[in-house]
Amino acid sequence: MSTADITISPAPPGIEGQGFFATTLEKTIGLARANSLWPLPFATSCCGIEFMATMGSNYDLARFGSERMSFSPRQADLLIVAGTIAKKMGPILKKVYLQMAEPRWVLSVGACACSGGIFDTYSVLQGIDQVIPVDVYVPGCPPRPEQIIDGLMKVQELVKNEPLRRRNSPEYKALLSSYGIQ
Amino acid sequence: MTLITNEFVLERLQNQFGDAIRSADIPYGMLTLVIDPDRLLDIMKFLFDDPLMKFRFLTDICGSHYPDLKGEELCAVYHVHSLENNVRIRLKAFLPITNPDVPSLTPLYSSANWMERETYDFYGIIFTGHPNLTRILNVDEMDYFPLRKEYPLEDATRRDKEDEYFGR
Repeated sequence: MSTADITISPAPPGIEGQGFFATTLEKTIGLARANSLWPLPFATSCCGIEFMATMGSNYDLARFGSERMSFSPRQADLLIVAGTIAKKMGPILKKVYLQMAEPRWVLSVGACACSGGIFDTYSVLQGIDQVIPVDVYVPGCPPRPEQIIDGLMKVQELVKNEPLRRRNSPEYKALLSSYGIQ
Repeated sequence: MTLITNEFVLERLQNQFGDAIRSADIPYGMLTLVIDPDRLLDIMKFLFDDPLMKFRFLTDICGSHYPDLKGEELCAVYHVHSLENNVRIRLKAFLPITNPDVPSLTPLYSSANWMERETYDFYGIIFTGHPNLTRILNVDEMDYFPLRKEYPLEDATRRDKEDEYFGR
């Protein structure tokens, strides 16, 4: 691959002139955040295997700025939940989410994380959105790596366009309090 | 070394405990005894201590539910193994669902601790004398015993979990 094949992220809309470029702080921060998301993989089953392929060199999630997998929630921006979450795992998942610093996003990978999937039973959580708010859902049983990448790019889109004040808004606080957070 | 047989074990137990051995069968070559639940610990101690039999390894404890057997709906099933003789036997204790008490085997086998918690978790069999009889696999808040045959099967007409929705 020659350097000509490498594209860099396009600049946000703004006013350009001789020697200067003006845009909003919000867009600049969004651009920086979206291209340096540090994911925390919370992988419990077969979707986790697909996620490993997504991280590997063939699919290469690192292209999107997610080079560093964070196994500490304190240094992660994006929680990727891949796999069946048993009801007993629910409080642990919530604790991991609470330990992440704001701003934080959640990507739900696979039918089980989204809805319980085929495990329509007494021991399995019927979707992680029962315990934590979810930003993007990736369906599939399990989803292919392309789908997971698509999900990550959807998260990037959300991050890019998120207003700086969103996390202080009453709507966001109401969302968190509906999950019993704060 | 003489290897013991099923018949030898059965005869020895019947001589020792008489009526506490309610019935015996040998399905697929494995001696299966139905015993009096109140005598369970005595019988297990005898099997453990007997110098010839030495059933010193508790392979598994599990439960089962027979809703149609009135007065003995629940069953605790014990599998023990004599490693020296390489003989396995199975013991069943039938219990009424209204009062499913059976003595704990924890004084004899430490491994019974988690097995009994699991059986309690799924069937609600109360192992009296267990040091910590709490749920082990399911969430603590659960207020039912999920493997009892008390719940209707899934509605066959529902369509929200079909293969096409899961990419299969």
